[in-house]
Amino acid sequence: MLELSGITQIFGGVTALEDVSFSIARGDITGVIGPNGAGKTTLFNIISGIYSQSAGRVILNGDDVSGLPPEKLARLGMVRTFQNIELFAGMTLLENVMVGLHTRSSSGLLACSLRMPWSRREESRIRAGAMKWLDFAGITTLADVTAGNLSFGKGRLLEIARALAVEPSIILMDEPAAGLNSHETVELARLIQRIRDLGITVALVEHDMELVMDICDRIVVLDLGHKLAEGTPEEIQENRDVIAAYLGDCD
Amino acid sequence: MHRNLIRFLAFAALVICAPQLFHGGYLMNVLLFVGINTMLAIGLNLLLGYAGQISLGHAGFFGLGAYLSGILTATYGWNPWFAMPAAAAAVGAVAFLTGFPILKLKGHYLAMATLGMGIIMYIVFNETVDLTGGPSGLSGIPPISIGSLTFDSDVKSYYLIWAFTLTLILLALNLADSRVGRALRAVNDSEVAARVMGVNAGLLKVQIFALSAVISSVAGSLYAHTMTFVSPASFGFNFSVELLTMVVIGGLGSIYGSFLGAALLTLLPEFLRGAQDYDIVIYGALLMVMVMYMPGGLVRGLPDLYRKLLKKRGGKHA
Repeated sequence: MLELSGITQIFGGVTALEDVSFSIARGDITGVIGPNGAGKTTLFNIISGIYSQSAGRVILNGDDVSGLPPEKLARLGMVRTFQNIELFAGMTLLENVMVGLHTRSSSGLLACSLRMPWSRREESRIRAGAMKWLDFAGITTLADVTAGNLSFGKGRLLEIARALAVEPSIILMDEPAAGLNSHETVELARLIQRIRDLGITVALVEHDMELVMDICDRIVVLDLGHKLAEGTPEEIQENRDVIAAYLGDCD
Repeated sequence: MHRNLIRFLAFAALVICAPQLFHGGYLMNVLLFVGINTMLAIGLNLLLGYAGQISLGHAGFFGLGAYLSGILTATYGWNPWFAMPAAAAAVGAVAFLTGFPILKLKGHYLAMATLGMGIIMYIVFNETVDLTGGPSGLSGIPPISIGSLTFDSDVKSYYLIWAFTLTLILLALNLADSRVGRALRAVNDSEVAARVMGVNAGLLKVQIFALSAVISSVAGSLYAHTMTFVSPASFGFNFSVELLTMVVIGGLGSIYGSFLGAALLTLLPEFLRGAQDYDIVIYGALLMVMVMYMPGGLVRGLPDLYRKLLKKRGGKHA
């Protein structure tokens, strides 16, 4: 599904990531964990095309997508969410999710200005599609609310609904549980599992260990820009290097 | 959907009846400028209010359209109906090509770059004396005509210009409430999220910049053929600022707001005749007051004010 090989990122002399390689299997929920400053968000920014890496390759479904901008990656089936949710604050929830169907529609400036019959049909298709994803995330009742007025937790759900509307094959989530209370985190875990059940591959950066251990099929541990370990939650929990990195070396 | 159509038809009816209400006369000349300025404000609003990209050089595109139309008809004897789209296409091409490097810039840098563009165009109008007539202007521009009907009086020009303006309002309303309009607002709210959703923000910004310039050019052509004379003074930096003021005062991201802003700023000088050169100071003050107390512009601020007043009155009676 997604293969990273030799990803290296240097910011003005500081090496944020060095030779990180791993692959994410189709249909899995993969967690990327690590102490603060390990390079997790940098890695996600590289995969999602927001940064260009200094070296290394990103392979999506067999194609080299290294250095492609996010808008191209969206068309290739990759979408992401942000740690500090990036909503379209001035738009309603429905409109937010409708933007998610941008790549699934094609009416241009002229057709939209003239309200051509096909662009009107497309518009109602977009609306119906967006409602479906609002429903999936359980926020249909808020469809006409302006996104800027949402609580953080609902904003997170909206961001996920909007990302799903792109109909991705893989979704990257940067700390989806950050800022959520325990009840919301449980709901989030269920939502992520339902996303996997749709056949969408999920990769997430997360600090909430309980969530990670609970839902992830595989876990990759980063520390100081290097890959420290990789395996199932059970393997990671027993890995000496990981324990040392998190709790400090006992020797 | 139907409510929007009814609102538009009511507005159109008002526009059509206005000459009867004002019995022609001098005010017609002012109302015709309200039409031109509404077009300009809508063009700039699509860029600034929807896509969130500033331009301090739009008077330049307005002037470029006016001069191209003027030169093609007055000097080369073209029919205005051919000159107008030719000018619009040329201005659109200029904006599209310059848009790629310029719209990579953000915030203050974009403001400076577009300011520079506006100034360059202004200098060109002044200095290419052989083409434009330089500071003394270009005269002898023919009015537009359809068959034997020539739009050479204020009332006739009023209907011509407002036919264009109303068409633009309708098209802009459609665009705003569409896939493209949402993408523009998305870029404005969070460019990175819009891109992640598959919106090609870079291209979209350039497209809307070019569209905005084309609208300004058409307004410029109408201006040139109505006035039959153009001079650089109408297309300077001051007018770019005035356009920006119209958009902000009317309401960013509102098509009818652009009309309100254009109407206010076009009618205001008629009431401020005594103020003379201080009008720009008054615009500045107005802009400051509006941004502080009515950040949503007239189109959102006035209904709010009305509701507040109702509440207050209701409170007194209770």
